[in-house]
Amino acid sequence: MADLAAPSTGLAGTVPRAGTPEQREARIAWLLAAPALLLVLVFIILPVAAVIGLGFTDFELGYADFRFVGLENYAELFDDRTFQRSLWNTAVYAGIVTPVSIFMALGLAMLIEAEGIGRSFFRTAYFLPVASLLVAMATVWQYLFHPSIGPINAMLATFGIPGPNWLGASSTVLYSLSIIGVWQSVGFNLVLFLAGLTAIPRELYAAAEVDGAKSGWDRFRLVTWPMLGPTTLFVTTISIINSVKVFETVKTLTEGGPNKASEVLLFTIYQEGFVYLRVGYASAMTVVFLAILVVLMFLQYRVQDRQVHYS
Amino acid sequence: MTSASFTPGRVARLSILGLGALVFLAPYIFMVSTAGKAQSDIFTSSLSLIPQQWFYVQNFAKALSRVSMGRLLMNGVVVCALILVFQVVIAIPCAYAMAKLKFRAARALMVLVMLGLLVPIHATALPLYVAFDRAGALNSYVALVAPFTISVFGIFLFLQFFRAMPDDLIHAARLDGMSEPGIIARVIVPNAWPAVTAFSIFSVVAHWNDLYWPLIVVSNQAYATPPLGLLYFRAAEAGDDYGALMAATLIITFPLVAAFLLAQKRFVEGITMTGLKG
Repeated sequence: MADLAAPSTGLAGTVPRAGTPEQREARIAWLLAAPALLLVLVFIILPVAAVIGLGFTDFELGYADFRFVGLENYAELFDDRTFQRSLWNTAVYAGIVTPVSIFMALGLAMLIEAEGIGRSFFRTAYFLPVASLLVAMATVWQYLFHPSIGPINAMLATFGIPGPNWLGASSTVLYSLSIIGVWQSVGFNLVLFLAGLTAIPRELYAAAEVDGAKSGWDRFRLVTWPMLGPTTLFVTTISIINSVKVFETVKTLTEGGPNKASEVLLFTIYQEGFVYLRVGYASAMTVVFLAILVVLMFLQYRVQDRQVHYS
Repeated sequence: MTSASFTPGRVARLSILGLGALVFLAPYIFMVSTAGKAQSDIFTSSLSLIPQQWFYVQNFAKALSRVSMGRLLMNGVVVCALILVFQVVIAIPCAYAMAKLKFRAARALMVLVMLGLLVPIHATALPLYVAFDRAGALNSYVALVAPFTISVFGIFLFLQFFRAMPDDLIHAARLDGMSEPGIIARVIVPNAWPAVTAFSIFSVVAHWNDLYWPLIVVSNQAYATPPLGLLYFRAAEAGDDYGALMAATLIITFPLVAAFLLAQKRFVEGITMTGLKG
């Protein structure tokens, strides 16, 4: 480090050359990091601070003045039936999509890993939805789910089963959206599990067998599942976060309906903030949304700390 | 396990995988099939995959006439390309400074990055929207691109990658008289190519698909991105003209799916790498 005698050009040339090499290095580092730092402040830190601040006001877009209302927005949220419905629906959606997509992905990953032929075909087939435009594919699902002309109900009809009005009835809409959610996210989880499975050393399975793990279930329980621990934890966190952020399918297909049966968190925030322009109230909702994300990340760190690392 | 013998267990395994793949691909199969069907055909025989009358030309013509698909795809390309270039050009020097240079703010920066990872656009959208509205900058490429010029995830990913690079490489370059920006451009970036590719795929997939932010700042077809354009098309297309709708869907989905099929190994590597590091 001491012989940092290289003549610096460009960025560093604009500052005086005085100081020790350490000071020069720190100055260059500052210059390199400055654009990123500035943008983080402008587009992340300030807006988050503004959202928290706006959550305490009755600011509405289009009105010049606003006043500080303390916790009034939060009190209103507490009684807001739509918001509660929306939180509940988001929880139900995440409660379905997360476990189903994780276990489906894990099962498929193990089948693909064990199978010799068609590996890349299967991986491609299951991964394709991840690379597809969700708004577009939601439109296709709308056709598949169509109560009278849709292929799903036509297929059910050939077996003599009367198909439900998938996206049109408040009793089924959330489940139909969950099916789309699972379809869309399995591939992502699958690819991560495949990477995790390939990283497990073969000898561990041999060793487990020597130790008496005869059945496939024993090998899964003693080797695969613990070794996949970090992958599973990560996949779980990201799956929950992604399902809490569900928006595209709701906006495209149901607009929260019928009868608010598919009203979810981000859609409610979108409606309040950008359609009704009640920015203050929507900011309070956003703070709740952020708090949920913070809690989820915190839980992940806690579990991660406790987890035994085998790698 | 890779031998050619088909044991019952293996047949079961292949059937499950095959059936699953068929279910996952079914939406694409029906999309392609329905895009070629006439209205009457759609209403009478939804389970036959081959159209009775070949209606592709009519449906595609309809899709192309209602919303200018070329414009949408162009907007998508421009917006994603601008976002990616800014993200990479801004994140790499910052990550390099944090990984390889000594300065006191590095720890504070790390805290900012970790906090930033928690905050999605959905959380910052309200104040940003108010600000863009005040600045009269709604309905512009600036509004679509600006909030995404900084990717803390990019900084994080590059940081991980740069830390693993040997310091000797950089020392040697300094002894050769290279400036720090020169080192970044000629030593770091060429060696970080896998990370750059992985991040590019992640970024393009994310922003090509994003609906939330474009929906908020764009109310005008001229700046609509593909997902937003498809929403407009759905609104313009009254009722159940699924033939035209599927044709439009096909056009809009095609570019990214084609890119994925052509470079799927890179895609999967990229998603695995960005996924596991994130």
